[in-house]
Amino acid sequence: MNKKKTLGLSVYIIFLLLPIYWLLMMSFKDNSEILGGLSFWPDTFTFDNYMTIFTDPTWYTGYLNSIYYVALNMIITLTVALPAAYAFSRYNFMGDKHLFFWLLTNRMSPPAVFLLPFFQLYSSVGLFDTHIGVALAHCLFNVPLAVWILEGFMSGVPREIDETAYIDGYTFPKFFVKIFLPLIRSGIGVTAFFIFMFSWVELLLARTLTSVDAKPIAAVMTRTVSASGIDWGVLAAAGVLTILPGVVVIWFVRNHVAKGFALGRV
Amino acid sequence: MKKTKSNKAWFLVLPVFILVAFSAIVPLMTVVNYSIQDIFGATRYFVGVEWYREILNDSRLQDSLVRQFVFSGSVLLIEVPLGIAVALMMPKAGKWSVVTLLVLALPLLVPLNVVGTIWQIFGRADIGLFGWGLNALGMDYNYAANPMDAWFTVLLMDVWHWTSLIALLCYSGLRAIPDAYYQAASIDRASNWAVFRYIQLPKLKSVLLIGILLRFMDSFMIYTEPFVLTGGGPGNSTTFLSQALTKMAVGQFDIGPAGAFSIIYFLIILLVSWLFYTAMTHGDSK
Repeated sequence: MNKKKTLGLSVYIIFLLLPIYWLLMMSFKDNSEILGGLSFWPDTFTFDNYMTIFTDPTWYTGYLNSIYYVALNMIITLTVALPAAYAFSRYNFMGDKHLFFWLLTNRMSPPAVFLLPFFQLYSSVGLFDTHIGVALAHCLFNVPLAVWILEGFMSGVPREIDETAYIDGYTFPKFFVKIFLPLIRSGIGVTAFFIFMFSWVELLLARTLTSVDAKPIAAVMTRTVSASGIDWGVLAAAGVLTILPGVVVIWFVRNHVAKGFALGRV
Repeated sequence: MKKTKSNKAWFLVLPVFILVAFSAIVPLMTVVNYSIQDIFGATRYFVGVEWYREILNDSRLQDSLVRQFVFSGSVLLIEVPLGIAVALMMPKAGKWSVVTLLVLALPLLVPLNVVGTIWQIFGRADIGLFGWGLNALGMDYNYAANPMDAWFTVLLMDVWHWTSLIALLCYSGLRAIPDAYYQAASIDRASNWAVFRYIQLPKLKSVLLIGILLRFMDSFMIYTEPFVLTGGGPGNSTTFLSQALTKMAVGQFDIGPAGAFSIIYFLIILLVSWLFYTAMTHGDSK
């Protein structure tokens, strides 16, 4: 039984890793070798593709832009979603159920639907091509999700804790920051992971709302398509580099994610 | 859990409300506005529901709608069972559980266009392992020329990218089941299937709700991956709704019909998600 499980899992993990391995190998090859045929290992190992990216400002600022707006989005989303999730998990108030479902409907709105009006709205209020603009736009799908997940974690914390804190003379903000947030720390870790993930991989809105100053790396990648064809090596190297920040994030939240997944009200 | 009744809680929700209203209500109103007008330079004519009629009768759009439903249905039918299976196979504790968690999370963090790029290469018969492998097995696989192959590749790409999401959520659900349940089951000599059916599956319900809704919504909005992989072709085989819409709005600048299309598109997602939501939360009325 256990052997079967390990085997099944190994097969699945190989399936997950093979395409990534392929990308990684390609990033160390030059273009003639990539297009030359099938090979599992680079004949001539080269770092040229990576050098191109690290020396060309249009490339590396793309990364900085992406990291910047994703971080902004995480901060904004958590700041507004935490109190809201608390309200949904602890109180009945006028229109709470409708509001909750309305929030969810925003997670359902296809970015393609909002492209034109977003472009117009953000241009007219001066948010076009700014990091904060993209961060705000990504709130459209991240805030509802964050409220949704956090509400689950908060409902798992017994109400008695809130009441005891009030009896002990804590004010709401003090209780929230000092007692409540540490209790759901793992839940916040998991939520942060989801926020990062969805904002990091999104391209359509990020590309439409930026032109030069805040252009994300994913949009810069389309640059490699030139008259002479696609520069596959550089494209692969850029692809590998887009995965790295994610790896760093998982590494940092790994304990929270493992624990948070175990503690949530599920 | 019993909740306190208090309208002051609105103050806690207000920031979310303002923020989301700014990025949702204003643009949505604009789209509605487009959808009932004919925009002709600076002049606008009110045309009522004419665009809606046109869109609903457009056979190309009907085709992409059917394609979209088949795609999202396939995505759910493959990813949900596979994700549950992977979650059940994951080690329960120790070093290896952290390693598998990290590896599973890896595809989730690959930007959508990079996913397309990876599979674009990986699927090529001359230089990609996957395409080469299928051809070596005697299949005539070429995603750039054969509509079925292109479709299959987009589906596989989605399974590769997102099954981990279901698996991670289910893993969390399984971790939350107290050991006592399993002990009781083993005293009763319950079969593995019975343990799954009567203990694990019911406990997974709420995470599965999140997983299924997210996968449905996102697969229904898929745009970047097929765009990068095949550009919607060959023919129209991988032109899903978002792509058809983007072509109409940005490519041809038919803002009126595109507005009507958007509203219909949005309503479909809303309706189906609501059906899932109601069906899955039915019975546990709190």
